[in-house]
Amino acid sequence: MADKIFRVNMTNLTSTIEEVPPAWAGYGGRGLTSTIVSAEVEPTCHPLGPKNKLVIAPGLLSGTVAANSGRLSIGAKSPLTGTIKEANSGGTAAQLLARAGVKALIIEGQPKGDTWYSLAVTPEGVTVNEETELIGKGNFAVVDALTKRTGGKQGLITIGPAGEMKMGGANISIKDPDGGLRSSGRGGLGAVLGSKKIKFIAIDPKDGKVAIADPEKFREANKVFAKALVDHPVSQALGQYGTNVLVNIINESGGLPTQNFSKGQFAGHEAISGETMHDTILARGGRIKHNCHPGCVIQCSQVFNDAAGNKLTSGFEYESIWAMGADCCVDNLDHIAQADKLMDDIGVDTIETSVAFGVAMEAGVLAFGDGAGVCRILQEDIAKGTPLGRIIGNGAGSVGRAFGITRVPVVKNQAIPAYDPRAIKGIGITYATSTQGADHTMGYTIATNILGVGGKLDPLTKEGQVELSRNLQIATAAIDSTGMCLFIAFAALDNATCLPALIDLINAKYGLSLTGDDVVNLGKYILRTERAFNTAAGFTSADDRLPEFFYLEPLPPHNVVFDFTGKEIDTFWNF
Amino acid sequence: MKRITVKLFAYFRDNRFKLEEREISEETTVGDIVDALGIDRQEVGVLMVNSRHTEFVYRPAAGDVLAIFPVVGGG
Repeated sequence: MADKIFRVNMTNLTSTIEEVPPAWAGYGGRGLTSTIVSAEVEPTCHPLGPKNKLVIAPGLLSGTVAANSGRLSIGAKSPLTGTIKEANSGGTAAQLLARAGVKALIIEGQPKGDTWYSLAVTPEGVTVNEETELIGKGNFAVVDALTKRTGGKQGLITIGPAGEMKMGGANISIKDPDGGLRSSGRGGLGAVLGSKKIKFIAIDPKDGKVAIADPEKFREANKVFAKALVDHPVSQALGQYGTNVLVNIINESGGLPTQNFSKGQFAGHEAISGETMHDTILARGGRIKHNCHPGCVIQCSQVFNDAAGNKLTSGFEYESIWAMGADCCVDNLDHIAQADKLMDDIGVDTIETSVAFGVAMEAGVLAFGDGAGVCRILQEDIAKGTPLGRIIGNGAGSVGRAFGITRVPVVKNQAIPAYDPRAIKGIGITYATSTQGADHTMGYTIATNILGVGGKLDPLTKEGQVELSRNLQIATAAIDSTGMCLFIAFAALDNATCLPALIDLINAKYGLSLTGDDVVNLGKYILRTERAFNTAAGFTSADDRLPEFFYLEPLPPHNVVFDFTGKEIDTFWNF
Repeated sequence: MKRITVKLFAYFRDNRFKLEEREISEETTVGDIVDALGIDRQEVGVLMVNSRHTEFVYRPAAGDVLAIFPVVGGG
C-alpha cells in the first residue's frame, strides 16, 4: 500500500487523502513532523489557535517486523515552549497507522462551537464524528469504553481532562498492546489536540500491510539488527530492572536532582531504586518485562502491582520515579506509582507535572515528601481544573511565576529532567541547545558521561561536552525518524554491526542505497529545520541558556556550578 | 591495612551484599577487589570512588567508598 498524507480540517470537519509531495518522501517520524510543521505552520501563531497544526507520523520502518520499530512521532508548535515540538511514544498506533497507509496525519483548523469530536482512521480515509459520552473522562475510562465500543484491536490516541482544559503539561496517550498507556509526554501536545476539540483518534488498518521492496534483504538485515540489540548488556539490564536502574547510579554520581534541584543525592534513593522496584514486582506478582509495542526485543517496561497484588501502573519509568521521588523527596514507591497512574489518567506529562510539584513544594503549597498530598492535589485540583490545579498543570515555569520562586528548573519553559547539569555537564549542553526545551532524550550524554557507553567523558569537565551533545543530537534526530526506539542507541554506539543493519533495513524497505553519511545529514537537516522554525518564532541564542540558579548555586556533593559561557554553548551550532 | 566501603548494584548484589566495609592492604587495587568478589571484569560497566569515576588500577585510600555497577542504561 502506497503511503499517503491524510489531512483533517477541523474548521469545516472535512478530510482528504493526498499524494506525498516529493520533498517529503524521504522522511518519516520526527523528520517528517518537523518538515511539515515548518512548511505549514506560521512560527508566530498561537499554539492553541486555528493556525497551529498537529502532525502524527509513524517512523520510516514502523509497521514492518523490524525489531523496536513501533515508535510514533507527534509534532506541532508547543504551547509549553513556543518552539517546534516532536514528542515520541510507543504503543500500537505507529504500526497501525503505517499499515493503514498513513505517512502522516495532519490535523488543522479549529471548530467554532463547544462540540467535541473523535477521528476514525482507516485505509479509506478519516471520518470526523461527534463525541459526547467520553468528554471529561480520564484516559483509562476512554480506553475501556472504546475497547467495548470498537473492539480491542484498534489503535487509540487519546487525551485526558488536562488536554481538554488545554493545560501546558497535557500529554497525548497511546494505547499499548495490553490496553495500558504510553505517552507522547512533553511539550503540552495534549492541549493542541484539545484545542482542535478532538478527544480521541481510533485507528483501524483493516487488512492493510506495509510494502517491502526487497523482503529477503529486509529479513537478513533484521536478523543482524535484532541480534545486536539483544546481545548488548544494556538491553539485558533494561529488561531486568527497567529504566529505573538509573536511580542508584545517578545518585552515586552526585547528579540526581533532589528537593527541587537543591542537592545532587537523595537519602531515600534505595527505596525508589530499580533494584527495590524489581524485588517489589517479584514479591507482588507484577511483570518484570513488558513491551510498549509488538516487536520490541528489549522490553524495558513493566507492570507494577499494589500490595494486594492488583495492577497499579505500567511503564513505570526512571524519569517519572525520579521526578516524583527524589525531586519531591517522596521515598514511598507506592505513592509514586499511584501518582504515576493518576497522571496517566488525567493526561499530564509525568516529568513536567512532578517537577512542577517540586517547585510547588518549595513554595510551601505542600511539604517535601508529601506523596499522599501530591495524589490528593492531582485528583482534587488538576483533574478538576481548580485555579491551583491549572497553575500546577501548566508546568514548572507556571508554578514558579505564580509563587515568585527563582529556583525553577526549566529551559524554554520546559521542565529539566532527571540529571543535574551542574554535575553532568554534557546534558546541560543538550538542555540548553535542544530545539524543544529541556529534554534528555534529544542528546543523551548520560551514556558517555556516566554509563561508559559510546566511550567515556568525565561528567565534571567542560572539555568535549559540546561536541558530544552535538553528535548525539544529530544521531538522535535521525533515529527518531526511523520509528526506532531510542534505546537502540546503546547497541548502535558500541556494536559496529547495528547501525549498518538499520540502514540496510531502510534500504530494503524503500529500495534505496543510503549510507551512514546520509543518516548523519538527515539528522543535521532536522536540527537546522527545527532551529529555523524557532528563530522565525522569535527565539535567539539568549534562549539557549540554563536558568540563573545553575550558575549561582553550587550543587552538593561535588559543590559545582554550571560554568559554560554563552559563547561556548553557541558553538554547538557549528556544523 | 586500611578500611573502605564497597557498594554493589543491580544483579551484582545477588548472593553478595548491598554495602560492606572491608579491610584492604596498601597494594590492593579496585580490580583486585572486583576479582575477590567473583565478579567478571567484563561485566563491570561503571566504577566510582567517592562519586567520581575510576578504573581497575586505582588503589583506594582509607575511608574511600567504592561503587561497582554492571553495564546498565536507561533514560
